[in-house]
Amino acid sequence: MRHVLPVLTVVAVIVAIWYAAAIWLNAQWALDTAARQDRTLGAAELVLDTWSQEKPKLPAPHQVVTELWQTTVEKNVTSKRSLVYHAWVTLSATLLGFGMGTALGFALAVGIVYIRVMDMSVMPWVIASQTIPILAIAPMIIVVLNAMGLSGLLPKAMISMYLSFFPVVVGMVKGLRSPSRMMRDQMRTWNATRGQEFLRLRLPMSMPYLFASLKIAMAASLVGAIVGELPTGAVAGLGARLLAGSYYGQTIQIWSALFMAAAVAAAAVGLIGIVQRATLKRMGMG
Amino acid sequence: MWILLGILAWAGGSALNVWLARQAPGRTAALAVPLIFGVTLIFVWEAAVRGFGISPVLLPAPSAIAARMAGSTGVLWEDFVQTVIKGALSGYVIGCLAAFGTAIVVDRFDFLRRGLLPVGNFVAALPIIGIAPILVMWFGFDWQSKAAVVVVMVFFPMLVNTVEGLRDTSAMQRDLMRTYAAGYWTTLLKLRLPAAMPFIFNGLKLATTLALIGAIVAEFFGSPIRGMGFRISTSVGLLALDLVWAEIVVAAVAGSAFYGGVALLEKAVTFWHPSQRGQG
Repeated sequence: MRHVLPVLTVVAVIVAIWYAAAIWLNAQWALDTAARQDRTLGAAELVLDTWSQEKPKLPAPHQVVTELWQTTVEKNVTSKRSLVYHAWVTLSATLLGFGMGTALGFALAVGIVYIRVMDMSVMPWVIASQTIPILAIAPMIIVVLNAMGLSGLLPKAMISMYLSFFPVVVGMVKGLRSPSRMMRDQMRTWNATRGQEFLRLRLPMSMPYLFASLKIAMAASLVGAIVGELPTGAVAGLGARLLAGSYYGQTIQIWSALFMAAAVAAAAVGLIGIVQRATLKRMGMG
Repeated sequence: MWILLGILAWAGGSALNVWLARQAPGRTAALAVPLIFGVTLIFVWEAAVRGFGISPVLLPAPSAIAARMAGSTGVLWEDFVQTVIKGALSGYVIGCLAAFGTAIVVDRFDFLRRGLLPVGNFVAALPIIGIAPILVMWFGFDWQSKAAVVVVMVFFPMLVNTVEGLRDTSAMQRDLMRTYAAGYWTTLLKLRLPAAMPFIFNGLKLATTLALIGAIVAEFFGSPIRGMGFRISTSVGLLALDLVWAEIVVAAVAGSAFYGGVALLEKAVTFWHPSQRGQG
């Protein structure tokens, strides 16, 4: 509750700045149009005009909200003009990539923790792999996979996977190593096998790390899916909406796609947060 | 023949690594093992491309990429200057400085901190890269728009980390500063900023990769006829994949160097921190 009032204030200030910026950025266009029609605009007319242009430089918040409402609630969900349809296309690639990335990251982490050679040889390359701006080669991966006969969801999901496995590896290696020497010795005095040590000690201890990583991985894989949609010729998905919007100067469409992406990200990450709270509570760690 | 050689190299490389890992751990082994792994990987790649006759349109061999890099240094350098120096670096500096300044203001007023921090955390999780088309529309096709994308991308991670770091002093330490009759600015400069340095560098390191990604991806939405993102997207269209890979190598090296440079600086500035001590 302590946070509600400050957050609302900040959001209100942002919206106010946004409206002001819309006036400032769109005024030139409004004045030009008026001059061509031999009209002079009063201050009130000018402000109203900047907030209701067809292709403004910066659409006002209410225009974006209207567009969002029209493309989500008022359109049929299966229609290609529905933002829900595009969001679903992106979300399905995101989830598939997120699942594959989590599985890969988990497997790598177990290998790194238990096999010394892997720790020494793979770990530095896992870190190095992330200094490569992988998003930059996303278009090439898409094109190459397309040439190999893979199209649709999978190429996008691969990019999401590449982005999301890294936080999982790093977090899980840290988490699986978090039991202290004393705890591991205790397991040994109980004559626990390696499998039991993993299931009863290491895995439960790593849960807080896992959830923190999963949140980052989810956000990263959504970015991957959106960028993965850019080179496919703007067929479907939020990334395609962004690209199409930027080709045709449909700023309102760009902003509504952005807001939809933000909502999807917030919902997905929030969902992980809820699962995290429930799980940790049951384990007595929350 | 090549396939056999590749399998042999794979077996040899991993056997050597297993042997090295069994030896007493030292600096040489820690450096040699990943190096051998990398060299083995490149060799297997080369062998696989030759052995299976993979078309260069799908996956060029490392030797072809190296030849292309040597052959088109001029183009690569021009793209490097356009994207990394003009786009990423200037945006990185502006974004980090702006975030740093904002963080100090936010830290001063608790109301702002409680309001802005959740918003900042939220924004940091969003696909910010999506604003690239808008900024390209506002700032034109040249490097200014790329720098603007980078500024927005690095701003929030940097802000959140710095604010977090500025709070990382104990009540005892602050009380001590009070007994010295230190004012706000003295406390900030002598105690809280140094204490915040590990967090600030965490943000700076995160921002290096974001900066490069932002600059390159922003070029997909429109750019002058140079720049790494532009070259990558047009070369894919021309099926000149060796040039694409050459750009990727440049980007990877630039990204690693950028990250490494910040990491070195961190080592020099925060030598007192537990995570830096005990590494020799």
